[in-house]
Amino acid sequence: MAHFTLSTLARALGALAVSAAAAFAPSPAAAQDPKKADGPILIGHYGSLTGSEATFGQNTSRGIRIAVKEINDAGGIGGRKVELKEYDTQGKTQEAGSAVTRLLTSDKVSALLGEVASSLSITGGKLAQKYSVPMITPSSTNPQVTRIGNMVFRVCFLDDFQGYAMAKFAYDDLKAKKVAILFDQAQTYSKGLAEFFSKSFRELGGKISAEQAFTGGDQDFSAQLTTIRETNPDAIYVPGYYTDAGNIALQVRKLGITAPLLGGDGWDSPKLAEIGGGAIEGSFYTNHYSHQDPRGEVQEFVRKYTETYGQVPDALAALGYDSARVLFAAMKASPTLEGKDLAAAIAATKDFQGVAGTITIDKNRNARKPAVIVEMKGGVPTYRATVQPK
Amino acid sequence: MTKFLQTLMDGMAVGSLYALIALGYTMVYGILKFINFAHSDIFVLGAWISFTVASMLGWAAADAHAPVWAGPLVLLTAMAACGLVGFTVERLAYKPLRRAPRLNVLITAIGVSLFLQNFGQLPFVFGAQPQRMPSLVADRVLASFSGVQVRLVDVIGAGSAVALMVALEWLVFHSKMGRAMRAVSYSTSVASLMGINVDRVISFTFVLGSALAAAAGFLYAMKYPGLNQPAHTTWVLLGLKAFVAAVIGGIGNIRGAMLGGFLIGGIELFGAAYLSPQLRDVYVFALLILVLLVKPTGLVGKAVVEKV
Repeated sequence: MAHFTLSTLARALGALAVSAAAAFAPSPAAAQDPKKADGPILIGHYGSLTGSEATFGQNTSRGIRIAVKEINDAGGIGGRKVELKEYDTQGKTQEAGSAVTRLLTSDKVSALLGEVASSLSITGGKLAQKYSVPMITPSSTNPQVTRIGNMVFRVCFLDDFQGYAMAKFAYDDLKAKKVAILFDQAQTYSKGLAEFFSKSFRELGGKISAEQAFTGGDQDFSAQLTTIRETNPDAIYVPGYYTDAGNIALQVRKLGITAPLLGGDGWDSPKLAEIGGGAIEGSFYTNHYSHQDPRGEVQEFVRKYTETYGQVPDALAALGYDSARVLFAAMKASPTLEGKDLAAAIAATKDFQGVAGTITIDKNRNARKPAVIVEMKGGVPTYRATVQPK
Repeated sequence: MTKFLQTLMDGMAVGSLYALIALGYTMVYGILKFINFAHSDIFVLGAWISFTVASMLGWAAADAHAPVWAGPLVLLTAMAACGLVGFTVERLAYKPLRRAPRLNVLITAIGVSLFLQNFGQLPFVFGAQPQRMPSLVADRVLASFSGVQVRLVDVIGAGSAVALMVALEWLVFHSKMGRAMRAVSYSTSVASLMGINVDRVISFTFVLGSALAAAAGFLYAMKYPGLNQPAHTTWVLLGLKAFVAAVIGGIGNIRGAMLGGFLIGGIELFGAAYLSPQLRDVYVFALLILVLLVKPTGLVGKAVVEKV
């Protein structure tokens, strides 16, 4: 009996040692060129599929899915199909951390796409850098995101430019001389944009009449707006996300303020008009593209997207699509799917014809692109102007 | 002066909502001596049921004109539904623990709270996205003096809150059920010896508190129509502030809860308007610390000697 127990124990220990060794040794599959390995190529997407910024993640995902379907219909990459793994971040930093960790350590994806919100992309980007897996954020505009390291890229413009674009439009086109700012103190994106707008607007000769803060999800803005109303501004800049922007618009109009609201690409969602209703009419925001752009790529994408999902794609969908296509082009060009090679291939992207403008990745892993200004008219973001990069 | 009056008005409007929620915390504490952390989720439920009922009846479209009776109908439906939920929660979660240590009940309450929050986010319940509450209460400017606008929706909101509080006051201090509630609050065992059906009184208290929370939820959704998804942290913070209102007033004391609600609303909005909006939550909790240091029983609470 004793003998039996001991030998079983020994065998069990032996088996454990073997499996532990296997876990720690580099697996044979990883040592080979993964491009030649069998099975699909895994790519990961992490995004806010639920929560206050749900349309960001959902529409990005839809854009990515169209690109995945296209590449698979065309025979995949090197004969291998592309498979998308996707997890919800709920728009929360801690959830983004666990989603990305799961994609990197458990699913072992070859590349990451995501997030929209800069705070979350910074969390995900740090992990991507740590595990040497390239990440492309479709639409995070805060400059800090790509400063993380050589694995993190973006296919959209930056907030210093976005802030400048709105400042220029407000000053030149709207003839605004005095603008108040109301920003979300809990979001890196919003704080950055507020700062860049205020800098550019003052350089142009304008005046910031008041600067007030809120915390994302707040419902009552009466104290901030009463203070802002006292300064009688020509416009109010609200660089937040769409749910808050809609709520703010409602209260702005309730307080009898008639000045137009100005915003950034964080406003871009069908939910903005749904929540803001009539209060958001006549407001302006900077965006990455307009679905009314007559270019062939844009109209082709709008047609495909509308056929599949029954609604017009917003900029997040367009950027999701662009980011996936940039990634697939790099995967085709790269000799292997190792992090280093793939990152080098993404960094070499030049004059890529995307839906939301031409993409050339610069030495800081950013894209240089023009911004469009859209106006809310009848609940639809309507093209108004284009601002070229400085 | 304009700013002062505007802030005062907003503070009272927000305060009346805090007071309505605080009443539920304080009534349950008065009777069962435990803090029902699931109470703020009943408030959220009230807001979301209002939204669901209104959209089912076809008033969700941005320009739909709801009839005059739409508001009261939705309000009463939400109050009835939340009353039922409150009753069920008490029966299923708290009643089996009547003789268990108080800590067990407290932890159960947190469990119920998390359950309600996340259950509400399921796709077939309310979903996990913000929604726009249709306006069911006519909104126009009633009067405007030196830039301060008195709006109908705010007047109706604060008016209904005050009316509900007056009704509650009458119920507790002048009706037979109210006398039974006060007796149970004084001593459960003695009350049951006097022939009071303690379980029924407790159920009644939960139904009443939940209905008031539902009313607060409806009025909140009228005032702030962009509803956050049920598990959003903002809701938790709101409930926490209402709880602070109950403690500041003196937990277990109904008039104290009303006073606390208005006080919290006032200090939050005045602090945000005149000092810094970044710190609006800090003022509330600083006031709590101050009250607990100077008068731990709350502003109108009485110190009770624990019977040994």
